[in-house]
Amino acid sequence: MNQEIPVIVIGGYLGAGKTTLVNHLLRNADGCRIAILVNEFGDLPIDSDLIEAQDDEMIAISGGCICCSFGSDMTSALIKLSSHNPVPNYVVIEASGVAMPGAVADNISFLEGFSLAGVVVLADSECIQAQAVDEYLGDTILRQLSGADLIVQTKIDLISPQMVSNVCSWLTSVNPKAQIVATAQGKLPPEVILGVEMVAGQPQSSGHADAGYDSTVFTEIAPCDPDCLAKELATGGLGIIRSKGFVTDYAGQKWLIQIVGERYDVTPMVSSEQDGMVCIGRKGALDLGAIGVIFAG
Amino acid sequence: MSNTTIFSAKKIITMNSSRPEASHVAVRDGLILGAGSLEELATWGEYTLDARFVDKVLMPGFVEGHAHTMEGSLWTKVYCGWFDRADPNGKLWTGAKSVDAVIERLQEAETVLEDPTAPLSGWQLDPIYMDNTTVTRADLDRVSTTRAVGVLHASGHIMNVNTKALELAGMLKPGLNHPGIPLGADGFPTGELKGPEVMTPVGPFVGYERSMLDADEAGLRNFAKLCVRTGTTTITDLASRMDEKTVDMMLRVTGEPNYPVRLMPFRFFMGLSAKELIAAVLALKERTTDRLRMGQIKIIVDGSIQGFSARLRWPGYHNDAPNGLWYIAPEHLSELLHLALEAGLQVHTHTNGDQATQLVLEKLAPALQKHPNPNHRFTLQHCQLADSAQFRTAAKLGMCVNLFANHHFYWGDEHYALTVGPDRATRMNACRTALDSGVPMAIHSDAPVTPLGPLFTAWAAVNRITASGRVQGEEERIQVHEALWAITMGAAYTLHLDGEIGSIETGKKADFAVLDADPTVCDPILLKDIGVWGTVQGGRIFPASNL
Ligand SMILES: [Zn+2]
Repeated sequence: MNQEIPVIVIGGYLGAGKTTLVNHLLRNADGCRIAILVNEFGDLPIDSDLIEAQDDEMIAISGGCICCSFGSDMTSALIKLSSHNPVPNYVVIEASGVAMPGAVADNISFLEGFSLAGVVVLADSECIQAQAVDEYLGDTILRQLSGADLIVQTKIDLISPQMVSNVCSWLTSVNPKAQIVATAQGKLPPEVILGVEMVAGQPQSSGHADAGYDSTVFTEIAPCDPDCLAKELATGGLGIIRSKGFVTDYAGQKWLIQIVGERYDVTPMVSSEQDGMVCIGRKGALDLGAIGVIFAG
Repeated sequence: MSNTTIFSAKKIITMNSSRPEASHVAVRDGLILGAGSLEELATWGEYTLDARFVDKVLMPGFVEGHAHTMEGSLWTKVYCGWFDRADPNGKLWTGAKSVDAVIERLQEAETVLEDPTAPLSGWQLDPIYMDNTTVTRADLDRVSTTRAVGVLHASGHIMNVNTKALELAGMLKPGLNHPGIPLGADGFPTGELKGPEVMTPVGPFVGYERSMLDADEAGLRNFAKLCVRTGTTTITDLASRMDEKTVDMMLRVTGEPNYPVRLMPFRFFMGLSAKELIAAVLALKERTTDRLRMGQIKIIVDGSIQGFSARLRWPGYHNDAPNGLWYIAPEHLSELLHLALEAGLQVHTHTNGDQATQLVLEKLAPALQKHPNPNHRFTLQHCQLADSAQFRTAAKLGMCVNLFANHHFYWGDEHYALTVGPDRATRMNACRTALDSGVPMAIHSDAPVTPLGPLFTAWAAVNRITASGRVQGEEERIQVHEALWAITMGAAYTLHLDGEIGSIETGKKADFAVLDADPTVCDPILLKDIGVWGTVQGGRIFPASNL
């Protein structure tokens, strides 16, 4: 089995809602051990009712999650995490407000034991367009957005529906490759941010893909070229935010496919699992018909 | 036996404008009783006359306002630099002028290593001077295929390692996809690793395991030796993470009876929230001693110009590289400035690019209106690209600047041709403009980025000669006496120490640089070549020949 720990990089400027989102993930971890990495334990990175214990370097969170501060040395913190007992199921790096999440993600690629499971950049619906033309910050904001696989448009309850859709179109024009999801209080299904959970080697259709998201499992998958298949799913305009599962190639080899936005990853596997892939998208936005046709070969 | 010693000297340059020169200086209890003639000083009563400096020139001990103790730590590794450089024991290492010369030097060091598994590490490689030739892992495999070898570049941001090192770090595999890991024709990494995040996984295997931000004991002793050899008696460590263990060690080492330097570490801003940082630094301030001055903060605002990570205003980089990186969010910077002013803590900010400098000026102004403190002396460190309006604003706000005069020599040609172009390269580190604008000014080495040596730094500011031998920015040259002020009183002022050190006058620390010749009468082009006999620090005598 693939033992690599999936790493999600969450970026975006100060006030975009990173802390709110992270706390929401922790509240809905559902037994998953999430390790959160932050630059510093700033002004309460974790809601106090979730904290079980805290020292200089680590906060223990109810349910087996942890939060570590790494100061200026993220790589060392990750290397340390890989020997943490028990090993986390997910690592979420909360990048600083001026960090380039895409560059942070690049640094995952060569670390033993970790695999990148997506770059998520948050955009404050109210301020993002003003920030993007700020004399000091504008280019930083644009570079952050263009490094995203998934853009979370936050605080949509503070502006009109018309503005929400204007901001969404603007975000699409900044980064046409990213999937965009909108939220008021960071209350997104965890699998949208973290990726699809595997239970007993099988991708799960989400139990809590509540408000506004569909999660569909496909099991009728013809033998395929996994790279082509992944590319088609990721870039075919099918409404897929995330997807994960197993397929078999023409030679009978099993492959694990993981997709977030237009980023996809195929890894050969030794596995006796059945073929099957789960796809997550906004409610009504998944093109189930077209996806089914692709899986049918 | 009297407790007053009167030193006679060929000449004493006091930097005290009421009495610029003297022949004798009287010292009691580590402090200066007075400077003048023997007759005048004898009026204090019984004394011992010490004539050992009778053919020497005394100056106030030099003050280096921007260096890193890492300079001391690096000398435990093999020097691979392009320029000649003296080590803490006074040995002059000639520059390695080709890849072959670098390899040869590493091979030599390899043969004397007894432990067959010990790594071999080198430092200060600078391929800019070798037509940007890449040192590959094949090159370094000529040094060893069985032990890990790693060479850090002068920039501190790139490292070259051999095959064994990549293998140990699990990075000897094809298809790695990272802008900081160039791949060879075979799809495997070439051994060049660009950026701290990429270097970190290999670091422990090639002798660079510790965070280079923290002083270590051996490094601290080496650092002190370099200070004595260069006439430096007070120096900063800019910046340090200052964890509990490091602070205890620094207190112990600097407290030893023969530790010859006053060390001023600045707490690095990263790793703590603004409020926690202020609390931590206030606590450190409580533990300050004469030789370990704690209680200051260093903020890094942007990156470096030659690394294209400094933040520039329009028109940006001359070669069209995208603008650099912020290392702190403007709101975070503003919060820190407010809190530090409120707490009475001093802040030095690293800004290389002019946009980063502008941000600090804009954020400090409202913070000062909220927490007025006309004597804050917050200092712009490097501040390499500031224009005259920025210097005027800095002066109005009560800021100081510490300009990177050495940088101009080492990378001035590169800036002229590539990074910022002729016009702005000419005004980089504009000492003349800074002084004319009335900004209190120091100049620095940023050791280990360039070698520690205040007289060299003065030479660089006075002559503005680049490595290729051109004078770049004649109008920004300063006079010898101004440069000597900058490396004594100027730097002391930026550290709030000008009442204690920086000049030879009654009541100040008996800190002297003991020189073989008089820098005020020599040809300015020879400033850097003046020999340093050693130092006197707090009345204690430290000959460089006996370290
Ligand atoms: Zn520095």
